[in-house]
Amino acid sequence: MKYQELEKTKEYKYGFTTDIESVKAPRGLNKDIIRFISKIKKEPEWMLNWRLKAYARLQSVKEPNWQKPKYPKINYQNLYYYSAPKSVKNKPKNIDEVDPKLIETYAKLGIPLKEQEKLSGIAVDAVFDSVSVATTFKKKLTEKGIIFCPISEAIQKHSDLVKKYLGSVIPITDHYFATLNSAVFTDGSFVYVPEGVRCPMELSTYFRINASQTGQFERTLIIADKGSYVSYLEGCTAPMRDENQLHAANVELVAFDDAEIKYSTVQNWYPGDKDGKGGIYNFVTKRGVCRGKNSKISWTQVETGSAITWKYPSCILQGDNSVGEFYSIAITNNHQKADTGTKMIHLGKNTKSKIISKGISAGHADNTYRGLVDISKNASRARNYTQCDSLLMGNKCGAHTVPYIKNKNSSAIVEHEATTSKINEDQLYYCNQRGLDQEEAVSLIINGFCKEVLQQLPMEFAVEAQKLVDISLEGSVG
Amino acid sequence: MLEIKNLQVSINNKQIIKGLNLTIKPGELHAVMGPNGSGKSTLANVLSGKNGYEISGELNFNGKSLKKIPTEKRAQRGIFLAFQYPLEIPGVNTNNFLKTSLNSIRKAKGEKEIDSLSFLKLVKEKTSELGIDEKILSRQLNVGFSGGEKKKNEILQMKILDPNLSILDETDSGLDIDALRIIAKGVNSSRNKKKSFLVITHYQRLLDYIKPDFVHVLSDGKIVKTGCSELAEEVEKTGYKKLN
Repeated sequence: MKYQELEKTKEYKYGFTTDIESVKAPRGLNKDIIRFISKIKKEPEWMLNWRLKAYARLQSVKEPNWQKPKYPKINYQNLYYYSAPKSVKNKPKNIDEVDPKLIETYAKLGIPLKEQEKLSGIAVDAVFDSVSVATTFKKKLTEKGIIFCPISEAIQKHSDLVKKYLGSVIPITDHYFATLNSAVFTDGSFVYVPEGVRCPMELSTYFRINASQTGQFERTLIIADKGSYVSYLEGCTAPMRDENQLHAANVELVAFDDAEIKYSTVQNWYPGDKDGKGGIYNFVTKRGVCRGKNSKISWTQVETGSAITWKYPSCILQGDNSVGEFYSIAITNNHQKADTGTKMIHLGKNTKSKIISKGISAGHADNTYRGLVDISKNASRARNYTQCDSLLMGNKCGAHTVPYIKNKNSSAIVEHEATTSKINEDQLYYCNQRGLDQEEAVSLIINGFCKEVLQQLPMEFAVEAQKLVDISLEGSVG
Repeated sequence: MLEIKNLQVSINNKQIIKGLNLTIKPGELHAVMGPNGSGKSTLANVLSGKNGYEISGELNFNGKSLKKIPTEKRAQRGIFLAFQYPLEIPGVNTNNFLKTSLNSIRKAKGEKEIDSLSFLKLVKEKTSELGIDEKILSRQLNVGFSGGEKKKNEILQMKILDPNLSILDETDSGLDIDALRIIAKGVNSSRNKKKSFLVITHYQRLLDYIKPDFVHVLSDGKIVKTGCSELAEEVEKTGYKKLN
C-alpha cells in the first residue's frame, strides 16, 4: 500500500457516528425488556418463552473469568438492549424505501447497498445496531430456494426451521454470554441452503454499532442441507467512543451430509484509542456442527479491531469423515487484547481438523491463542494438524499459546507446531536495501506471515483484509 | 562515482575500519580481498547504510554525502548489495518481491511503474541470459533455497534492478564452479562505461572469471596494497600475511 494512502487512514476510518433518530428500549435487563424486544419484533409465543427461559437461566450463571484479558465489571442494568433507527420501524420493503441516511452510512463504510445490488455479485444483509436495514439480491436467491434474511424475519416466516435449529448447536445453557445473547438477541442473519444447491454468490452481513451505551447481540443461524454449499462473510465496524461497548454474538452453523459451510469474518470493531480508552468488547460464541457424513465447516477470521476479542469459533465433527478448519489472523496493537482460538471436537470416524493461527502483537498489546483438540473414544483415525505462529513487534507486547489436547483414541494422529518470532531487523534491512521503505517492508513481511490465512478469504475480501492488516499495524515499527 | 576518504567505522566501541580511502569511477570494477575479520563485510554494510555503526570520514556517492541517507534511499539512487547471506522471507513470493522492489526504485527515479506483462518479459530475458531456472521465482523468497540458488537469486536481482554501483559481498563463497560462472556472467554482461562494481572476495578464484581494474588488499581495517589483477594472483600464492 502506498505511504500516502496509509497516512490518510492512520486513524480509525470507521469512527464516525450517524445522526439518526432511534427507537430505544429503556435501559436495563429484565423480563419486561425481553417482552419489549419480542413484541417489537412481532415474535411468536414460543420465541418469547425461549428467551424468558434463557433469562431465567442467566440468573443462576456467573460470568466466566478464566480468560487472559481482564476487564472492569460490566453493569448490565446500565445498557440499552434495543436500539433501532426510527425509520425502520415500518420495515422497508425494498432498498429504495430505506432511509437515505442509512444508505449513506453504509456507502461511507464501503458497502454501497444500492449499487451493490447491481454491480458486485454479493448478497448483503446490513445490520444497524439491533435491526437489519436491508438485504440485497433476495430475488435471485429465492429462485434457488435459498433463504437469506434477517433472523427476526425468519422467526416470523420460517418459524419451523428456526424453532428446530436455534440453540441446537449453542444451547441456552451454554455459558453466561451465550445465555445472555439467547435472552436478548435482536438481529442477525438466517441462511438456509436446500439440498443439493450450491449458493451462487457470497452471502455477507455487515454489522454496525451506532448508538452509544448499547449492546449488540447478534444471532446468526446457517443451515446447509445435504450436498449444499455456502460461503458467508461478516464485517463489523463501530464509531469511536470513550466507553466500552459490548458485542456478544452467537453464531450457529449446521452442515448435513456432504454439505460445506465456509464462514469468514473480517472484524474491525473500534479498537479504542492509543491509550486503550474505549473500544468494543467482542465476546462471541461461534460454533458449527458437522452433523452429516463428509460435511465440512471452515472458519476464517481476520480479527484486527476491538479492545478485547474473546472467541473460539469451533467445530463439532459428528458425522464420519467430516472436516473442520480454522484459519485465523489476530492482530493486536496499542492496548488491544485478544484471547482467541478454536475447539475441534472429534466425534465421528475419520474426522479431520486443521488449525492455522497467526497472532501478531504490537505496542502494549497482548495476544493469546487458546485451542482445544478433543478426540473422543469413537473417533477412530481422527487427524488434527495445528500450527500456531506468533509474531512480536517491539518489546512491550505479549504472545501466548495455550493448546489443550485430549485424545481418547489411540488410532488418532494429532500434530501441533508453534513458533514465536520477532520481525527480524535483518529481514527489514534486506528489504530496505532493495528500495522498500520501512512501512512497505513491514507490510510485505506481515502479509507473508499471514498469507496462508489471507488466501482462504473470498477474493473480494482478501484485498480489503490485506489493507486492514497494514493499517492496523501502521507506525508500530521504526 | 564512489569516494571514500579516511573512513573510520566502529561497532559497539570496537573499531573495525581504521582510515580507509577508496575511489571508484564510473565503469570501474574494484576487487577487495582480505583475510577474515579485516572489515570487508563491514565496508559493504556501511556503504549500503545498515544501522548500528558509528562512522566518521567522508562517504560520497555521485558527489553527495551518503552519511545521512537511509538504506532504501541509497538503493533507490542505484546502490545494490548482493548479500553474503541473503535473508529468507516466508510467505513472500520472489517474483512479487522483485517487482515491488523494481517499482519502488523506478518510482523514486520518477519513472512509471512497470506493468506485470513487461515485468515478466524482463524476468524471462534475464533468467535465460544467466541460465537460471525461472522456477525459483515462483517460490517464497529464499525459503528453502540452496546456497547456490540464493546467490544466483541475488545476481538475478542485480540484473533486474540495474544499479549504478553493485557491491558483491563474498558472493562467490561456497559456490560450485557452475554457479560461479553464472555469477561471473551476470557481472560481466552488466559492465559498461557507466556501471561500477565493488567485488569483495576471499579468494582469487572469482577473479579468474571477472577481470578487475583494481585489486585492493584489506587488512585490519585498512587498504594495505593496491594493484591490478596480478596482485590477486600474488595474494593467492603468498597469502595475506606477507603483505602486512
